[in-house]
Amino acid sequence: MSASAVHGLWTTVAAPAAEGGFTAPHIEYAQLSPTLIVVGAAVLGVLAEAFVPRKARYYAQLFLSVVALAAAFAAVVALAAGGYGTTKAQIAAEGAIAVDGPALFLQGTILLASLVAVFTFAERRLDPDAHGNRVDSFAAQAASVPGSDSEKAAVKAGFTTTEVFPLALFAIAGMLVFPAANDLLTLFVALEVFSLPLYLLCAVARRKRLMSQEAAVKYFLLGSFSSAFLLFGIALMYGYAGSVSYARIASVVDGTVRQIDPALAATMGNDALLLIGAAMILMGLLFKVGAVPFHMWTPDVYQGAPTPVTGFMAAATKVAAFGALLRLLYVVLPGLRWDWRPVMWGIAIVTMLGGAIVAITQTDIKRLLAYSSIAHAGFILAGVIATTGEGVSAVLFYLLGYSFTTIGAFAVVTLVRDAGGEATHLSKWAGLGRRSPLVAAVFAVFLLAFAGIPLTSGFTGKFAVFKAAAEGGAGTLVVVGVVSSAIAAFFYIRVIVLMFFSEPKADGPTVAVPSPLTMVAIGTGVAVTLVLGLAPQYFLDLADQAGVFVR
Amino acid sequence: MSFPLLTVTAALPAVGAVLTAAVPAARRTAAKWLALLFSLATLVLAALVAVRFDPAGDRYQLTESHAWIPDFGVRYELGVDGIGVALIALTALLIPFVILAGWNDAEPLETKSSRWRPTQGFFALILMVEAMVIISFEATDVFLFYIFFEAMLIPMYFLIGGFGDRAHAGTDGAAAAQRSYAAVKFLLYNLAGGLIMLAAVIGLYVVAGSFSLAEIAEARASGELEMAASTERLLFLGFFFAFAVKAPLWPLHTWLPNAMGEATAPVAVLITAVVDKVGTFAMLRFCLQLFPNASEWATPAILVLALISIIYGALVAVGQRDIKRLIAYASISHFGFIILGIFVMTSQGQSGATLYMVNHGISTAALMLVAGFLISRRGSRLIADYGGVQKVAPVLAGTFLIGGLATLSMPGLAPFVSEFLVLVGAFAAYPVAGVIATLGIVLAALYTLVLYQRTMTGPVKAEVRAMPDLKARELVVVAPLIALLLLLGVFPKPLTDIVNPAVQHTMNDVRKTDPTPEIEAEAAK
Repeated sequence: MSASAVHGLWTTVAAPAAEGGFTAPHIEYAQLSPTLIVVGAAVLGVLAEAFVPRKARYYAQLFLSVVALAAAFAAVVALAAGGYGTTKAQIAAEGAIAVDGPALFLQGTILLASLVAVFTFAERRLDPDAHGNRVDSFAAQAASVPGSDSEKAAVKAGFTTTEVFPLALFAIAGMLVFPAANDLLTLFVALEVFSLPLYLLCAVARRKRLMSQEAAVKYFLLGSFSSAFLLFGIALMYGYAGSVSYARIASVVDGTVRQIDPALAATMGNDALLLIGAAMILMGLLFKVGAVPFHMWTPDVYQGAPTPVTGFMAAATKVAAFGALLRLLYVVLPGLRWDWRPVMWGIAIVTMLGGAIVAITQTDIKRLLAYSSIAHAGFILAGVIATTGEGVSAVLFYLLGYSFTTIGAFAVVTLVRDAGGEATHLSKWAGLGRRSPLVAAVFAVFLLAFAGIPLTSGFTGKFAVFKAAAEGGAGTLVVVGVVSSAIAAFFYIRVIVLMFFSEPKADGPTVAVPSPLTMVAIGTGVAVTLVLGLAPQYFLDLADQAGVFVR
Repeated sequence: MSFPLLTVTAALPAVGAVLTAAVPAARRTAAKWLALLFSLATLVLAALVAVRFDPAGDRYQLTESHAWIPDFGVRYELGVDGIGVALIALTALLIPFVILAGWNDAEPLETKSSRWRPTQGFFALILMVEAMVIISFEATDVFLFYIFFEAMLIPMYFLIGGFGDRAHAGTDGAAAAQRSYAAVKFLLYNLAGGLIMLAAVIGLYVVAGSFSLAEIAEARASGELEMAASTERLLFLGFFFAFAVKAPLWPLHTWLPNAMGEATAPVAVLITAVVDKVGTFAMLRFCLQLFPNASEWATPAILVLALISIIYGALVAVGQRDIKRLIAYASISHFGFIILGIFVMTSQGQSGATLYMVNHGISTAALMLVAGFLISRRGSRLIADYGGVQKVAPVLAGTFLIGGLATLSMPGLAPFVSEFLVLVGAFAAYPVAGVIATLGIVLAALYTLVLYQRTMTGPVKAEVRAMPDLKARELVVVAPLIALLLLLGVFPKPLTDIVNPAVQHTMNDVRKTDPTPEIEAEAAK
């Protein structure tokens, strides 16, 4: 070193500083491998967009995504098998990421759900060929104005938006970090990483492009608001606790903090900072969860986004957001339990009832499923409020069942088509059971699972969260929960009535025969729905073992 | 490990349902025979259960117990007592008749595409209901019971909404709309009841830490499990609400006339004779056994509701213009008797109530199925559209009369025995209730005989002049049912022998002894 320093314009001290100098951060690559694999694949996907010939891009991207997601899932399984979910749970990456049971369980769920969702992204047999090219659910060229010459040219040239695959991978990477984030900044970065690609994905529908773009703008604007709230909350929380680390904030909140410097002593008595900060962070997360009163974006976005994206969003985003919410409430704010529980009670009640009641008046199947997802967010919140280990396991289990049912249900929606693309208006679904008994029966299974009828995953999950809530002393929530389940049952049943007991209309939609990709997505949905309904014990055990957070 | 007879009895119809549903569209007749075969095989198994059951033995016999969802404390626990045996036998007995009676009820209309297979669906759904009903009679785990109690709504719902009377099939949009309304009403009422019960099921688990009837009973007996009176009452109400919707008890009964009116006659039989029995059965098994104190607390109110059901059902039946709705209201009146018998808390009353469940199943099946044959001939459910049928179709009229007489509890026919027992039990404990309930019998005579008079006697109406009499298939359905009514009317002993020990157990649960007759009490002094 000294030899080179002689020729330079500057010199260094002879020995590297023993203390106070720079030490390289210690990154546990193995423990972070699921996320790293997905991010790596996403970067490769961007490169593939640039360098792979247009004809081969679709196959390259699909291959890359599937392999990356499968590999990442294998990494999660390996970590869990290695005990990182239980005995070896730890904080990795200098305190930024937690590797523990809930994180691994949710990452596994997100990866599997995403894998199935990517299959629906790749479906190219539903729409008739355009100019001899197979088309998927995404616009030929997202940048061209709807109805313009440039769009027509893009369609004629057979362009397809293969960018959706790397975008989805980036979103998935963010979702993997979100429930594992162990400091508030990582939480915020993960939120942005998964939100921005989703805003874009919402905007690229092939049919009904204006609606799709409107949905994206709404999602983006409201999402930005919620991000701003979250960030403001983080700032206040930092002001209160003098740190963004979950463990540090938690110890300040519950008063077990050891080292109190003068600055901390001055702020930690300021409850206003803490309460407003915590409320704003919660608002940011509840927005992503889709809880009333932060749900306004859900119906518009679910309706406008390309249906495969809607399914992906409804499943994976919800899993990630509930994971982050659980960690925040259970790790950071348990000391504030008596303050947040009443508020969350109120939110859970209005979410359950609001989602169920408003859904009754819906006439569009995608909007109906959107409101149903709001009601389900309420049910899951009931489990979150339990603040017990059982509550965590119940929520994990619920999310597992719910995500596959949801992706399956939206995959069925993509099959029912007429000349204008998907026939999402409910009146068009009349008599579907007569024309395509199998498709209607599969959709009925999903609806019954949403309604929580026994022998489906929906019932087991609902029972698990309600049991956890009742044991956690929230009996009232359980009663409200069953009442809103009864209300919700009404509109699920209404769709079944429509499909099976109404006469088919003469100009009704046709049911497209999908490729094996969508069949796999739907088949997985049905299989998971039934298995979790009939023999849930293995998965309940898994969720039980995964029920402890590391701090 | 012994042969899991109860599991097989319940699983066989389910297997039959899957196989029937898988029969190709063109082989409709094969599907029917397959379904009939499976229902008969189930009947054989049910008979085996009855034979293997020892009335003098343990309370629950032929028990099976396996871990299912340990995380929720749920076990796959089956076992039957005498009441369960009687009702399983009733179910297994009625299903072959339901299938035979509905033989031609679900033919596909020609306009439909070949992939729509209503016939296979119809029979598969009936078998599915049978499987679920049987397993709910067998379950001794509250959670297991609840699952099938709820799940059976789905096949029932499709049976009601998907298959209407042949008379109106497909062509009439209004009929389809009414049918769909009836199906939705059925489902929403029962689902609401079930969900309220779900809250109580969860509450029970939180309080007792177990779903097993045996474990909970043991914990109560040993004093380990203390339930606060208010908790017990709330849980009782949660359970009872669901059963009262199912049974149905006034004022939760309004779904039944719609459902029975719009469904085909075999499905109507399935509702009232089979599925609804789960409600009254569950009152005996779960309400009384799990919440004895609360049951006693609620008795006065429930007796009043039961009496209202008896009188109100009968009065409304008198005023009906629609044959099927009339039978539905008659059933509401009869369910009032059953619930009265259960909650007067005497052994005669409860034995009578159990017999009543069986006899009401058989007699309603006979009456309703013959009514169904009648309606399918004329294509109308209105009483006013008939007249003088007995001159044209004497066998049909005769069987209809016997079914009607059974419904009004004519001595010599089976329902008389049970109604008499219920009334005796009621008089012993609550004489006033007994007096009011007896009024129900008078009204029953009125609505049945007026129904017979208006439809079967008098001048022959032009539209019924060419009405054919019962065909061979229809006779095969009706004759055994009538024979059973007669047999159980004069010789109910085999049934009472099985039922009585079980009733005694239930009486012990609620710590009740029969009131001593006054004369004997005098003599004892």
